This record gives sequence, C-alpha cells and structure tokens, in this order.
Amino acid sequence: MERAIIMAACAIGAGISMFGGIGPGIGEGYAVGKACEAIGRQPETKGDVTSTMLMGCAVAETTGLYSLIIAMLLIFVAPGLFIGRL
Amino acid sequence: MNVEITGAKIFLRLPFGILITETQVNMWIIMLAIAILCKWLTHNLKVKPEGKRQVVAEYLVNMSNKFVTSNMGDRFKNFSPFIGTLFAFSLLCSLSGLLGMYPPTADLNTTIGWATVTFVMIVYYKIKANGLGGYLKGFMEPIPVLAPFNVLGEFSTPISMAIRMFGNISTGVVISTLVYAALAWLSSLALQWLPGVLSGIPVLQLGVPAILSIYFDLFSGALQSFIFCMLTVLYIAQASKGD
Repeated sequence: MERAIIMAACAIGAGISMFGGIGPGIGEGYAVGKACEAIGRQPETKGDVTSTMLMGCAVAETTGLYSLIIAMLLIFVAPGLFIGRL
Repeated sequence: MNVEITGAKIFLRLPFGILITETQVNMWIIMLAIAILCKWLTHNLKVKPEGKRQVVAEYLVNMSNKFVTSNMGDRFKNFSPFIGTLFAFSLLCSLSGLLGMYPPTADLNTTIGWATVTFVMIVYYKIKANGLGGYLKGFMEPIPVLAPFNVLGEFSTPISMAIRMFGNISTGVVISTLVYAALAWLSSLALQWLPGVLSGIPVLQLGVPAILSIYFDLFSGALQSFIFCMLTVLYIAQASKGD
C-alpha cells in the first residue's frame, strides 16, 4: 500500500512538473514566428537569421529541460529514496 | 512488457571508489577515432594540395579559425584548437548513439566536466581583465545586498550549460528506449497468430526508430555541440572585455 502511494505520488509529480514544457513551447514558437517575419522581409539574410534563431531556441529550451530533469528524477530516483524508509 | 532505462553500465570497480563506466570506455574509443582521423587527415601534407584529403583538412581548420575569429576577434585566435577539439569531441560523442553505443554526453558527469573547464576559463579571463579585486567587487553591484544572487548567477552559467546538453541527449536515449519497448509489444501483438519463435520477432523495430534517431541523435546532437561551443566562445569573449 505504502509503495503504491509513493509510486503514484512520484508519477503525478512528474506529470505536473512537465507543465514547465509549456513555457519554452510558447517562447520558441514566438521566436520562430519572428524569424519567419524577418526572412520574409529580407530573404537574403536567411542563413544568419536561421542560425541565430536556432541558438536562441536552444537557450530558451533550458527551462523545459530543467522540468524534464525533475520529472526524470521523480520517476527514477525518488521512489528508491522513500520506499521502505517511511 | 519489461522496460529497463538505466544510466551508463559500470564495467570495473577500482579501489578508492574509482569506477570505470561505459561512458569512459566509449569516450576512449571516440578519442582514439579522433586521433586516427587527425593523423590520417594531416600526414604527408604538401604546400600545394594534391588530393581531396588535404583540402578537407584545410577546410576544417579554416572553419574553426573563422568561427573563433568572427565571434571573439583576432585577439583570441589561439583559442581555435580548443574550440575545434571541443566541437569535434562533443559532436562525435553525441553521434555515437547512432552506432548503438551509449552516448557519453547522456551522462551528466561528462557535460559537467566540460562546463567546468569553461567556467574556470571564464573566471580566469574575468580576473585577468578586472584584477582580483575588481572581480570580487563585481559581485557587489548594483548594491551589496544582491551579492548572494550574483554568486548564484555566476554558478548557474556552467550548470545550465551542462544540463542543456545532458537533457537533450538523455531525452533522446530515454524516448528511444520507450519507443523500442512499445514497438516490441506492438509487433508481438500483431504477430501472435504465428507459431513458435516467429511471433517473437520484433518486426516493427525495423526502420521506425530511425526517424527518431535522425532528430535526437543527428539534429539535436549537432545543434547542442554547436551551441555549447558558441556559448563557450561568447562567455569567454564577454568575460575578457572587463567592465
């Protein structure tokens, strides 16, 4: 019973922590949209705009990756810390 | 259905708690590959290139030089070998997942190590530009109350660099493992009318994971190595400017 509750709590926590994926999604979409506008206005700068955009997207992704790490810790590490010790 | 998602396997336990893991062995293999590649590309060079081999070698070196000088200025031209090595190593580490190896960049220890190198260099160039006093005084700005946050901000640079790379590559490993398990289950469901051993052949595992591999290993791996080098270059150039 205790084991089941701990596993369920960890799984729910991991799911909730992945809400953090919303932020980077919106942010990256906005960045890509602006990059498309820039390319539409000045098609000759496509190479520079694309590489800068990829760079910015990858940096913006960091917060989403933090939440992913928390979710992975909750799934793979946290149950082992609590099961049989409460 | 049995899914095993593990980190790097431990091959050998040495005394004093030193472990030889899959990460290290794979890194040694990649180092050997890079060394052999460099030796093969650069042996028997001529003033006037004769074969394609020397043209490729010169192109790679020029690319690295151009990348460093266009982002850091001519003053840092001697950084080119370091950045080139970092890029080649991290790229091949991420691409090794294509061969079915455990990518060393999916281990947090590897990326933390590289980020520490970058961090030490940033601090060195900051101290060189501002002096030790100026560097410490930089934490007191704009007001001394904010000093703890400035210290946190200083340490968050290498941590975010390390976790960015680790997160991207290890996500690929985890998701590919899950997809492989799901495909094995699906194909056993689809083939259960076949007799004996035949029903156990995971037909759907052929080809389908390749699409994921192209994104996670090729695109993500190359992009993350590029970004790691780019950030290293930018942070060092910014640190050496001084205030």
